[in-house]
Order: sequence, then structure tokens, then C-alpha cells
Amino acid sequence: MEHGSHSDQSKSTFSLADEDHTFANSIRFTLNQDPRVTFCGYSIPHPSDNRVNIRVQTTGDPAREVLKDACQDMMLICQHVRGTFDKAVSDFKKSNTMESDDSE
Amino acid sequence: MSSSSKDESMSEMEEQENQKKENGVLDYIMSLESVPTKLPPHLELLRTRVLCNNDAPQHTDTIQYSGAYAALGVDNSLRLDNFSQNFKVEVKRLTDDDMEFDMIGIDPSLANAFRRILIAEVPTMAIERVYIANNTSLIQDEVLSHRLGLIPISADPRLFEYPDNAGDDRNEKNTIVFKLHVGCRKGQPRITVRSNELKWLPNGSELIAEDAKPSASSKPKTFTSFACSQESVPEISSNPIGPKYSDIILAKLGPGQEIELEAHAIKGIGRTHAKWSPVATAWYRMLPEVVLLENIEDELADELKEKCPVGVFDIEDIGKGRRRATVARPRDCTLCRECIRGGKDWEDRISLRRVKDHFIFTIESTGALPPEVLFTEAVKILEDKCERVITELS
Repeated sequence: MEHGSHSDQSKSTFSLADEDHTFANSIRFTLNQDPRVTFCGYSIPHPSDNRVNIRVQTTGDPAREVLKDACQDMMLICQHVRGTFDKAVSDFKKSNTMESDDSE
Repeated sequence: MSSSSKDESMSEMEEQENQKKENGVLDYIMSLESVPTKLPPHLELLRTRVLCNNDAPQHTDTIQYSGAYAALGVDNSLRLDNFSQNFKVEVKRLTDDDMEFDMIGIDPSLANAFRRILIAEVPTMAIERVYIANNTSLIQDEVLSHRLGLIPISADPRLFEYPDNAGDDRNEKNTIVFKLHVGCRKGQPRITVRSNELKWLPNGSELIAEDAKPSASSKPKTFTSFACSQESVPEISSNPIGPKYSDIILAKLGPGQEIELEAHAIKGIGRTHAKWSPVATAWYRMLPEVVLLENIEDELADELKEKCPVGVFDIEDIGKGRRRATVARPRDCTLCRECIRGGKDWEDRISLRRVKDHFIFTIESTGALPPEVLFTEAVKILEDKCERVITELS
């Protein structure tokens, strides 16, 4: 849900339901890395409600597009993390089985 | 001579122009000499290290804003190719139950997101409903049910679905049924009921639902409606379902006491109740870095080696009978700050730091899934969250 103005698309607040610090802090990091962003932050209006407000202000691009791009970037980061992790685990298992074969 | 050099410079400029068109304006600008690509060393230290002083840590925040060093002309943004090149994972220990690995080049917000998802949002199977037919033991019904819920069950939660919220439709795709029927006969000594008494019923519930109308069908209606046996699923028949640890004490029975119950396990996440958390715990710490700011020799070196309770420092001989202290195992440092206690001179000799983007992750699994699978599932869940937000925004 977006709270912004029709005339100025570059600043708006996104209110996400069913989210908390887990997602909001990571998306705040990804948003900060984007050079088009002048300000971004998140707040939790009340800890009992499962809702988070993310504020994005950009240098001219619509805030919605910038947030979407940040989500895409985070998905790419996660996929890369997963790939690197799987490779590291399989390398470790291979080197361990080789060692145990050598010791036997 | 000058004309030929001018020709050379002209051709160089042409090459550079072509390069500019091929690689982009940014790369051309970055390749010029006067554009700084890195921060001066003292600022780089503040940006990448937490200084752990005697009273409190300093510079604990990560500087995420892309334009933070714009006044210096240095770009702080993390482009995806830079991240992909610098990101490394090193597995240090991997067993069936726990693992320890290093993640280098990632921001603390992402590491914390993975930790939170591992604890609260990776689903597992745990006992939720207990139908008690007979309980004459000293353990109350609700206490026994609570204990049953906390037992870790070795069932792959990816093979099961979440139950429908309102419906009582418990079928073989979303429920696991266990039976417990123990009794202690009169004259026998007291027995201990352990979790190996929980028997898995792959064909569904055997307790008959009393409010069912006596219909014409041959089989009476039970609390679950299994269409087929769970053993027919190949992944399940290769890894039979049951409590992961067979020696968990559930109750103790005296002579003449009996427990007869049926327990149904469903899929859930740790956020609803901690029994559904797949990890005993998952935590991370930043890599400690111990730097000796000056040469520490002879008696001071011996004193330093004695001070550290985990043995971070070592003595090396530098000839002529003199000894010098070196940092041998900085990874073991627990930041107890014993080495900088004892006055300002010790604080000036040693600098205790933490590397802000190097995380030592430890995951201890309760047994439903092996720890490396748990981490992969956690990353997938974060990707799903991003996707959900993208679809909400479009």
C-alpha cells in the first residue's frame, strides 16, 4: 500500500502488512546502495501490529520503481548467496570424503 | 616528433572514445588518474572495522548510504557485480546436527535477516492436537500435551502442506499421526515413558470420531481422512517418520497408571510457537581482529601471553635471546578485553577490532532438516518475501 502524492512520484511511504525487521532492514540496505535514493528508512508503528512503513525519497525516479528495483536486486543477491553457499558446502563435503578415504 | 606524438595521442583518444562507448562512461571516468577509488586508510578503517575499546565499542554502524563519501569523490554504492566478486562462503565444520561457516562480504542486515528467518520462519512438523483417551498418570493432560509438542520430529516439512485454517480436513498431505499407549501393571516397578514409545501410524488416525452419523460405509469415521497410506510416498518410506531422539522422557508411571493417546502433528513456523522452530539456535559473530600497535618484547610478551584466557597470543624468538609476542589465533578471541586491562599503556599497545562484513555463522539443527538445507530454505524464504512485495507493488 503506497501513501504518496500524484503530482510528486519521487517520494512516498509504503505500508507493508505481515512484515517486520527481517525484511525491512534488508530492503533498507539494498535501497541505500542505489545511487538514485536520497533518503530511505523504515519504522514499525506499533509492535503488536504486524506492519512496517518504508519511506523512500529519490532524485526524480518514481519511488515505486526504485523500490521494485531494490527488491529485484535483493532477489539477485539472495540467489547469489544461495549458489555460493551450495558450492562451498559441496566442496567441503568432497574434501572431507577425500580425507577420510586417504586416512583409511 | 611532436606531430607523431600528437598522432599517437589522437589515436589514443580515439581508442578511449571507442572504449567509452563500449564499457560505459562510468568505467572511463574511473580509469582516469585523479579519481579516487578508495578511501584514505584511516577512513577505510572506520568504515570496515568496529573498534572495541575498554569502555565501549566505536563505529558500530555500517555506512550504507551510497553517497556517504560523495564529498571525497568516492562511490560507496554496492553494485551487484562488486558484491558477486567479493562475496565468499567458507565452511569450517559440518556435521548432521550443526555447522559453522564464514560469510565474507555481506552486510549485517542480511545476516540478521537470515538468522531471524532461521529461528522463526522456516517451517517444521510438530505435534499440535492430542486426543487423549485415557490418562491416569500423575502428569496432567495439558502438561503432557505441551511436552509432546516440543518433541522434534524427523519428518521433511517440504513434503507436507500447511493445514487449512478452519477446516478439520486432516489428510495424509498435512498431518502425521502418532500413537502412545503405555501402561504400568500393578506389582511392576515404576516405568519411564520415553519418546521411543510414540509409534507412527502411516494409515491415519485409529480413534473413532463419536459425533459421526452411523453411515452405511464400512469404515467408521476417524479424526483424519487419509486417502492412502503415507508409506506409499517414496521419500517418506526411505526415511521413516518418528521422533528424532528416542530417549526424551515424557512421563513416569507408577503401578496401575496408564496413558493412551493419539497425537497429530502439523506444519507450522516458529513465529506461532517455538515448538515449530527448526534450529536449537542459530547465531553469528563478527570476525575478531587483534592488532599489536607496537613491538611487545621479552617480559611484556610473557605477561601478555599469560593474560589471554583463550590463548590468542604466542611467543616467537627473534634471536639474541629476545622474544616477541605475535597474534596466533585471533579467531578464538572472545573479546573479554583482559589484554587491554591494567592501565592506559596496555590500551595503547593492542587494538581489538571486529571486521564488519565477515560473519562466523553457527547453525544447530534440532533434526528435522540438516543445517545446510535449513540455510538454503531460509534464503529461499527471503526471496519469496521480495517476490511478494514486487507483486504487491505491480
